[in-house]
Amino acid sequence: MSEHTDVQHAGEAHASTKTYLVIAAILTVITIVEVGVFYMPAMHAILPPTLVILSAAKFTLVVGFYMHLKYDHNLFRAVFVLPLMIAMAVIVGLLFLFRVF
Amino acid sequence: MSHAAVAHHTSTGLDSRKIAFWTFIGSECLLFGSLIATYLVYEGRSVSGPTTHEILNIPLTSISTFDLLMSSLAMVLALAAVQRGDKVWGRVWLGMTALLGAIFLGFQAYEFQHFVHEGLGFTTNLFGSSFFTLTGFHGAHVFVGVIWLLTLLVRSLQGKLGPEKALNVEIAGLYWHFVDVVWIVIFTVVYLIQTTPLPTT
Repeated sequence: MSEHTDVQHAGEAHASTKTYLVIAAILTVITIVEVGVFYMPAMHAILPPTLVILSAAKFTLVVGFYMHLKYDHNLFRAVFVLPLMIAMAVIVGLLFLFRVF
Repeated sequence: MSHAAVAHHTSTGLDSRKIAFWTFIGSECLLFGSLIATYLVYEGRSVSGPTTHEILNIPLTSISTFDLLMSSLAMVLALAAVQRGDKVWGRVWLGMTALLGAIFLGFQAYEFQHFVHEGLGFTTNLFGSSFFTLTGFHGAHVFVGVIWLLTLLVRSLQGKLGPEKALNVEIAGLYWHFVDVVWIVIFTVVYLIQTTPLPTT
């Protein structure tokens, strides 16, 4: 195993501090936008899809950069994404089953 | 000594502790997926008692959401500091992460107390039961995370958290960030998307 790979496993080949700060700023802006659209009557018709997209963006940024999944091995991605997909399928399935939509 | 020498590698070349922890996080996705689905099914079916738009405090929860997001930033900065062997900043950011987590718990305790005062208890209606179960489980995870972070801080103060132990901080960070992403979903699903009437102002 190469030294480079070992260092990656130890979690050192990740984003820079500047990247972390930029991600934090983006997360803050998205949160402000989320709360802003909540209080805008004109947005109420498309509120759920808008908020789901914004929330998904925040989720992806934290998992990708802060949890380092963007830089880590594909196995970690698979171990996380597969249960996540199942959980989302359970949520959508139950919502249809109980006619929430 | 290289980091690889203290890691528990598998035939994949990856550290077994990290694989195990990602698997645990995957199982946590299923737990919170079930809790969120249950909340969504029950939330609009209460026949009595306060409902979402009557009781949820969006400005307050927005501040606690920001608090938790910033704790994630502090966590990655703590990991970066420990990896480069910067003991002082490692302790500062670990302490900051734990503090922000404790502040989040304070917000949640205040919210729960306020809801009970307003007449929404665990058994008041379906909204109350599913809300307290979902957010209570999340709060319990935050509490465990704060204890974990304080443990790491103590280890650092004892001089036992050098760069060779960075994986311990990284795994704690994975847990903390997962708690954060769960709240990102809860904030959207529970607080911002409400099946009951939305505010008009």
